[in-house]
Amino acid sequence: MSKLSIKDQTLNISGKIVIANITALLKDFDHNFANETIKKLNLQEVDEIDGAGVSLLETILDRCKLTPDSLENANESIMKTIEIFSTIKGESAEKPKADNIFVKAGDSLLSSIKQLTDGLYLASDTIWWSISGIVNKKGRRKGSVTEQAVAIGLDALPIVALLSFVIGFILTLQSGFQLQKFGANVYIADLLSISIVREMGPLITAIIIAGRSGSAIASEIATMKVTEEIDALKMMALNPIKYVIVPKFHAITLTMPILVAFSVLISMGAGLLISVGFLDVALEVYISRSINILAVKDIIITLIKTITFSWLIVIIGAYYGMKVTGGAEGVGKATTSSVVTSIFAVILADAAFSLIYL
Amino acid sequence: MKKDIIIKTTDLVAKYGDNIVLDGISVEMYKGEVTVILGTSGCGKTTLLKNILKMYQPYSGKVEIFGEEVTDLEEDQFNEVLKRTGMLFQNGALLNSITVYDNVAIPLEQHTNLTREIIDRIIKTKLHLVNLDHAVYLSPAELSGGMKKRAALARALALEPEILFCDEPSAGLDPVTSADLDKLIINLKNQLNMSMVIVTHELASIHRIADRIVYLHKGKLLFTGTLDEAKKSGIPQVEEFFEIGSF
Repeated sequence: MSKLSIKDQTLNISGKIVIANITALLKDFDHNFANETIKKLNLQEVDEIDGAGVSLLETILDRCKLTPDSLENANESIMKTIEIFSTIKGESAEKPKADNIFVKAGDSLLSSIKQLTDGLYLASDTIWWSISGIVNKKGRRKGSVTEQAVAIGLDALPIVALLSFVIGFILTLQSGFQLQKFGANVYIADLLSISIVREMGPLITAIIIAGRSGSAIASEIATMKVTEEIDALKMMALNPIKYVIVPKFHAITLTMPILVAFSVLISMGAGLLISVGFLDVALEVYISRSINILAVKDIIITLIKTITFSWLIVIIGAYYGMKVTGGAEGVGKATTSSVVTSIFAVILADAAFSLIYL
Repeated sequence: MKKDIIIKTTDLVAKYGDNIVLDGISVEMYKGEVTVILGTSGCGKTTLLKNILKMYQPYSGKVEIFGEEVTDLEEDQFNEVLKRTGMLFQNGALLNSITVYDNVAIPLEQHTNLTREIIDRIIKTKLHLVNLDHAVYLSPAELSGGMKKRAALARALALEPEILFCDEPSAGLDPVTSADLDKLIINLKNQLNMSMVIVTHELASIHRIADRIVYLHKGKLLFTGTLDEAKKSGIPQVEEFFEIGSF
């Protein structure tokens, strides 16, 4: 047990001043002794003290506006513990002050500009090394492009197929029955062909790949960064962009158009099932109308669009991976930011394409 | 004088898959002593520490801490035991997303009903103890390796533990910082009667702090006793360990 009492302006503390007792002791002090005039703290009857106990003594000294010289009669061992734990002589760091709103706004503007320029530098480096990497394969691991193509392309086929089928199915149902009211069922093939080839195919695939492979790229590079693997590559005189990012860049450039073509076929297939099954459109009419409505220009725009999306995804993923700081938490943040930014960038680029090529 | 046993393992066996890492370890560690677990790399030192603390579930055998068998304790009950101990991980294991101050605050905020005022003071006391007064509000990413370790020590000491476990406390530290850390360990032992279980390779450090040696070799307990007894044990591996170190 521990106890406080007062006599002749001296606060007597007795018993054990340890972490388990200090809340009670401080309450006791605040209730019964806070208004007393205290000049000394008598520690003669203190049996035991720990680090938290020293903190309590310092708090009481502060409240009474006393210095450590006011501690009296402590035995040698108690005094030594107080010396070890005492912070009175130490100079603690000031808690940093929060910045005002203008400083914050300026900081955020500057950091946005820096992000953009860093991103552009990385993009130009990546594109440069990727183009030169087509001929010069030095400085990267053998088979890494194939490995990445399997991870980014082949492994994504099932999910792209499933979602494309569902999207084709929904589009046909929603628009087909509206067209049927006007007896315009047959135009469903034109509508689907244009909307899927020019819009939905590339967009849906890019969003899936941004979520699936963009996050994987960001987290892989971020983990390599925090575990000093990127630095290790540099120390082995390897260019991390060439070694890590270029294979991904080549792989996504090759596989995205294939994935988009696959997505378009599946969506059109789903449209065919509904149109022929429920909307009384003849099979040959559906096929011929969907092909005839498309111009070569549409295919070329889709291809350019797809490649632009794929480059945005890989460069944004790599950028967030490369600029990560901190540990596990930094990796998580980089991954989230990369997915959000790449989906945003893909949609923005899509809007730009729609405006340019109406 | 009879010493109080604070940790006891009986026929402790640990396996990774089919690979036996600890083979029937029976040791006793005593209150107020610094017990150093020694041995060559891969002999099972860290595994022994992690099995005592149930980070890995032992394959068979018993572990007693504070006289209570912990092997089959439920998580809630074992947490009560853990609150009386502190652990210093090899790389500090500070949470990177929060400041040093908040790292040390975690056990105090979660496991005590102390007021903010006292918690604040305890945190600063503990950080002062490890000479990190200037780094209170920095984030772990801004600290050097040695500073991280010291901040982690402050966090381990936050709840005034009765036993402090340290996994390679001096690894990666310069000799001066390492000696300071040893001085702190000795002070904590002498002033607070704290017991320590330390896994280390550093011979200089062992000579300064060890009261008792537990020497493991290929998963088996080769020797347990005081430092002087270890040097004169007549066991070739143990004597060689100390001789090589005195080159």
